[in-house]
Amino acid sequence: MSALLREMGERALQLGVPFSAQLDLTYRCNEQCVHCYLDHDDHGEMTTAEIKRLLKEMAEAGVFILTFSGGEIFLRKDFFEILECARSLTFCIKLKTNAVLIREAQAARLRDLVVESIQISIYSHRPEVHDAITKVPGSLRRSIDAIRFLKSQGLKVILANVLMTENMQDYHGVRALADELGAEYTLDPTITPKMDGDRSILDLNAGETALRHLFRDELLVGNADEFCAPPPVRQEHDGQAHSAESMDSLPCSAGHTACYVSPYGEFYPCVQFPLSCGNVRQQRFIDIWRNSEQLKEVRSIRLRDMSSCSQCAHGSTCTRCPGLAFMEGNMRGPSTADCEKSHARTGIPSANLLAKKESRSMPRLVQIQIVPAITGSRLSGIAAHQSL
Amino acid sequence: MSKKLYIARSPRIAARMLGEEMLVMSGQGSTLFTLNPTATVLWRAADGATPLEEIVGRRICTEFEVQPEEALRDAEALAEDLANHGILLISEEPISGQPTTQEANSKPDAPVQVTR
Repeated sequence: MSALLREMGERALQLGVPFSAQLDLTYRCNEQCVHCYLDHDDHGEMTTAEIKRLLKEMAEAGVFILTFSGGEIFLRKDFFEILECARSLTFCIKLKTNAVLIREAQAARLRDLVVESIQISIYSHRPEVHDAITKVPGSLRRSIDAIRFLKSQGLKVILANVLMTENMQDYHGVRALADELGAEYTLDPTITPKMDGDRSILDLNAGETALRHLFRDELLVGNADEFCAPPPVRQEHDGQAHSAESMDSLPCSAGHTACYVSPYGEFYPCVQFPLSCGNVRQQRFIDIWRNSEQLKEVRSIRLRDMSSCSQCAHGSTCTRCPGLAFMEGNMRGPSTADCEKSHARTGIPSANLLAKKESRSMPRLVQIQIVPAITGSRLSGIAAHQSL
Repeated sequence: MSKKLYIARSPRIAARMLGEEMLVMSGQGSTLFTLNPTATVLWRAADGATPLEEIVGRRICTEFEVQPEEALRDAEALAEDLANHGILLISEEPISGQPTTQEANSKPDAPVQVTR
């Protein structure tokens, strides 16, 4: 991010402007990725007219950076009509796609409509690995062809490499592929729960050993010793693990300058933060942004409000995702996936991981067989112990 | 420059008012700019149909209390600079069909607030 863009983000924060937004146009997809968090059935997507009205409201509210994502955006037959509308409203437009449906003609139209960048999911440089993740034979070939079409039109392409157990060894290959194609490269080693709360896909997350190797790869992180340095120990003796400035810092831009709207019009702080704040089919975008009680609560949270993280050595340097914390059950709590990353990076366990370890090492309570003579109040007591 | 000039907003930019500043991203290499108040006035008035001289007389001179000749000279230089960055189109003829973009989060009839 450029210094000017960062400065504008800070200005937007001061002004209370939703500077960036992601709009998912559909959850339908022509790939069936093993790690995907979405329900791909269509439960009533917004119509073209509804989306155009929403885009106008977003522009009026001050949204500058608009990301269209999905699902697969090119499955919407009105996609280019929507894109033309967004162009006329002078958004800075970014796309996220698997690019399988992009051929020469689509690439030329994207150039004409001045799309800022196109982020394309690539899991491996090896077809047998990529196609096994997407469950679509030939999908890597199609995506690579599309990248060549886009590059031939002078467009900026970013290869997004989500890492999981299946493809952990292939990121060097994907990075080399990006170089060969003249594309940028970004990597994300986090698999998130499904939007309905199902956490079964978390088993695909790369383990701690793999993450440790990743974080020490100087081709990715630069100076590994610097990147993996333990968090600074605070010298002051005011009983706080972090400075006052850090304790008052914001967790991330979700709900502060950024937001997300689903294909059904649901408004969330972020795509990874499934706390419904309203629906743009019933309310104006700006009214939700300004008046939603849920957003106000998200905006009120500071590091000092997080009982575990505020006491954690990683508190001010952690990449904690409030959305993942919310999905764990508490938006003021830790995000274990980020605790594990901080641990893998520095070797120092977070306060949350230590607490989990401690609770695991406590002597297990013996389950007591309930006998008929025990009264109701005693039953409650046993039930409480059993749930510990 | 002695000929009449016309200016239009490029259809290949992203733009948004952020507080009192106009934020513009050029399609050329995704370069980001903020326009100063004079450039913002010029950019907003760049409809492709109104001669630059008229824009300067109506908007710049009244807003900034400068002499027309000096203002026009500065405006021409500014317009050229913005054109070099792909933000404005300049022509000696009216530029038809421009602008193709809408300035969504500002009121066209509202007085432009500027400070010198």
